Amino acid sequence: MKYESVIGLEVHAQLLTQSKIFCGCSTQFGQAPNYNTCAVCIGFPGVLPVLNKKVVEFAIRAGLATHCEITRSSRLARKNYFYPDLPKGYQISQYELPICANGYVDIDLDGTSKRVRLTRIHMEEDAGKNIHDGHGDSSLVDFNRAGVPLLEIVSEPDMRNPAEAGIYLRTLRAILQYLDICDGNMEQGSFRCDANISIRPQGTDALGTKVEIKNLNSFKAIEKALEYETARQMDTLSEGGKLIQETRLWDENKEQTRAMRSKESAHDYRYFPDPDLLPVVIDEKWIDEIHTSLPELPGTRRSRFLSQYALPLYDAELLTSRRDIADYFETAVTIYPNAKAISNWIMGELFRILKERKLDQQLYIKTWPVRAEYLAELVQLIDQDKISGKIAKMVFDALVDAERSPQTIVKEKGLEQVSDVARIETSIDQILAAYPKQIADYRGGNEKIFGFLVGQVMKSMQGKANPQKVNEILKAKLSCTIST
Amino acid sequence: MSLYSLTLHDASEKLRKREISSQELIEAVFQRISDTDDDIRAYLTLCRDAALAQAKQADRRLQQESTSSPLLGIPIAVKDNFLIQGVRTTCASKILGDFIAPYDGSTVARLRSAGAVIIGKTNLDEFAMGSSAENSAFFSTRNPWNFDRVPGGSSGGSAAAVAADQCVAALGTDTGGSIRQPAAFCGIVGLKPTYGRVSRYGIIAFASSMDQVGPMTKDVRDCALLLEAISGHDQADATSVNRPVPKYSESLTGDIKSLRLGIPKEYFTTGLQPAVEQSIGAAIGQLEKSGAIIQEISLPHTEYAVAVYYIVATAEASSNLARYDGMRFGHRAAGKDLTETYMLSREEGFGPEVKRRIMLGTYALSAGYYDAYYLKAQRVRALIRRDFDEAFKHCDAIITPTSPTTAFKIGEKIQNPLEMYLSDICTISINLAGVPALSLPCGFDAGGLPIGMQIIGKHFDESTILRAAYAYEQQTHWHKKKPRLNQP
Repeated sequence: MKYESVIGLEVHAQLLTQSKIFCGCSTQFGQAPNYNTCAVCIGFPGVLPVLNKKVVEFAIRAGLATHCEITRSSRLARKNYFYPDLPKGYQISQYELPICANGYVDIDLDGTSKRVRLTRIHMEEDAGKNIHDGHGDSSLVDFNRAGVPLLEIVSEPDMRNPAEAGIYLRTLRAILQYLDICDGNMEQGSFRCDANISIRPQGTDALGTKVEIKNLNSFKAIEKALEYETARQMDTLSEGGKLIQETRLWDENKEQTRAMRSKESAHDYRYFPDPDLLPVVIDEKWIDEIHTSLPELPGTRRSRFLSQYALPLYDAELLTSRRDIADYFETAVTIYPNAKAISNWIMGELFRILKERKLDQQLYIKTWPVRAEYLAELVQLIDQDKISGKIAKMVFDALVDAERSPQTIVKEKGLEQVSDVARIETSIDQILAAYPKQIADYRGGNEKIFGFLVGQVMKSMQGKANPQKVNEILKAKLSCTIST
Repeated sequence: MSLYSLTLHDASEKLRKREISSQELIEAVFQRISDTDDDIRAYLTLCRDAALAQAKQADRRLQQESTSSPLLGIPIAVKDNFLIQGVRTTCASKILGDFIAPYDGSTVARLRSAGAVIIGKTNLDEFAMGSSAENSAFFSTRNPWNFDRVPGGSSGGSAAAVAADQCVAALGTDTGGSIRQPAAFCGIVGLKPTYGRVSRYGIIAFASSMDQVGPMTKDVRDCALLLEAISGHDQADATSVNRPVPKYSESLTGDIKSLRLGIPKEYFTTGLQPAVEQSIGAAIGQLEKSGAIIQEISLPHTEYAVAVYYIVATAEASSNLARYDGMRFGHRAAGKDLTETYMLSREEGFGPEVKRRIMLGTYALSAGYYDAYYLKAQRVRALIRRDFDEAFKHCDAIITPTSPTTAFKIGEKIQNPLEMYLSDICTISINLAGVPALSLPCGFDAGGLPIGMQIIGKHFDESTILRAAYAYEQQTHWHKKKPRLNQP
């Protein structure tokens, strides 16, 4: 029997607010343990939560960008369970009446669009962090993260294979990053994902027994875990076994999932509306304001890049995967409109440097190692035959952190391309005189020698010769000699 | 007259005229406490040094400022579920033990800026759960009118302290009657404000949707003055309401002509102690004589109030008390692992009534029971609230007994939780509806125990119930009676 997997994802996105969701503490990452804490987020007796308005705004932004209905009067609810990293013994979350519901995200599968429906988006507070290693018998708790705002984004089980799940996650992450509400950093845990997966015979509609997978800390882990789990479930069924509804943990080292708890031992969270917080009432005017302030989102921008700049899909997708890169591209193209050439430089040389400097880990790069207008000028110089492609790479490297334009660098370093026929001929003549044996080989039919000779000419002209001219003249001279 | 027996407004006037100093007043009160508290046991913690320092400061301010707050230099006691920075806060529970509060609650902060002198923390039923102050993990407080009797609860310590002149005024909290019932049992005035009128930030939560802070005083004027000082919007409490605070003392005109007073028939059925029924009847007659219009009304869902309350309040409490887990503060038992540490800490730390309510509330919220209990209780709660809305279309305030009986004997009901719960039958609906209500003395039974009358008002209409109470008080002498304490 052929099976397909049915996958739904729950994403926890940490919001980029300055302060926590229910108190004034900072959300800054990387502080000394328990530095960003107060009586409220440590859950001391007598404290009360007050909802951070920015969190509501961010939730509405995410909801509008994913075509959700915005709940005009939503409620915060308590999720009750005991754990040392949970100061109050309950997490303030949403249960009935989440702030956003019934949305969707369109994902691109090699040029065809697929719609992944969203069940809901809700606001909640993060827990602290238990630290178990290195303290003997005791564990320590760091509450810096306790009360940092999260959005939980729950999809419908609309994905049919691990690759689709990966694309959905990347698409969703890009949307949140475009909205400037989440930095999407999986390693630091600001973008986390749990997966629900079941399998069923292809062509059937009924849902199989689902398994929840936790501890997925990278895109790679998610895809691998889903692949592993699909295979495990298929094996179980084909061996005549039965699947049980359970939560499983992904073991990164063993590359397999293992059982954590069954449905029977699942918590009863005893959700109920939090009596300390009033219903979150949202008026139309606020929603309209947020709506008009939304940036162009990645999907729309990608389509525009395809039509407006006639870029290949691959380029458009890569460039629009980040708002800052798309902005950079458009700045450059406005100055000099060779879109494809600029795209190539961005995807090649610029990305290399971003990676080297780990700038790609920033949510939005404000200071670029090479200014967009300089990159545009560089491409223009190439197009105008003023420098060769090879020289251009040198110039690009010189542009890094430079406050001088490509034109200035080319002039200063004397890198202008030589297209002057006389000068090229002189050089070629010298080379031809120096390599009589190779010329004989070439004439004997070894065409590879041609490349060698071009190389020698370029070398003698410090790479500045116009390669096209060198080719033409050299070819002419070689054939000329044959005829005499 | 001894300094300690002064009312707040009298003391305030004497302070302002500099007939007395705050330090003298504080000293007199501490002397009174040391003379009487072995019998009464109203206080869990005394803040003598801090209080004397505050009194000194108050005396300085009294000399400098011409217009000063009526609380300036006045000794106030607070229930031990208020957090005061640097002061032990136990909530009468072992689980908090020697917990030292790391911050001042909002009401305490308001008291401080008004210049009040906080002299100590009073006893209560553990986590404010109870009607007799017997559920304190430390000791029972005795009723100053009869040491064999309970002072009521949960704010029993505050009520006893006011009645025994161990403070000039006190603060309590009221979730189902915890200010009004002990006020009635101890013969003082106690007011539960409208939900949202006074900040809850910095009081230890019992049932968040009903908890309210309120004044417990020697007379109605004091009550108005203290209420005015603690009322108002607080940004730290999302449920506190942003509306102006009236000058409550200005509503004490003595005039209640044409004031429409509703008498709900459901509160005068079986179970009322005859002396209570008689006194309330007489008090209603007195109010009518003063010009009020008396009419019978109906609050038809009254009979469900106790059931609804013990679902909603326990559900909220089960969650509110989850933070007492032995991890960050308070009592921690040495378990062999995390689960055992949790279980032992809570088993050792909580008393039987608190455990009972945590279990009731956990049950009411559990999967499969939520709809039948919590959700249904919320629906009935809405009906109870609507009863009051309907009733207030026909009257301006409602009169009932505060409690069906006078103070019962220590130990009489502690083994029978249901019977104990029923002693709040007259006060509980008010918290469910969120409206304000006060209790004031309206007589004594044959054994010399005080009887309280409850006056219930519309949302945020504390002025009217204070006006009615004051008018009644002007015509009677009950509030002037003092318990006779054996003094050395």
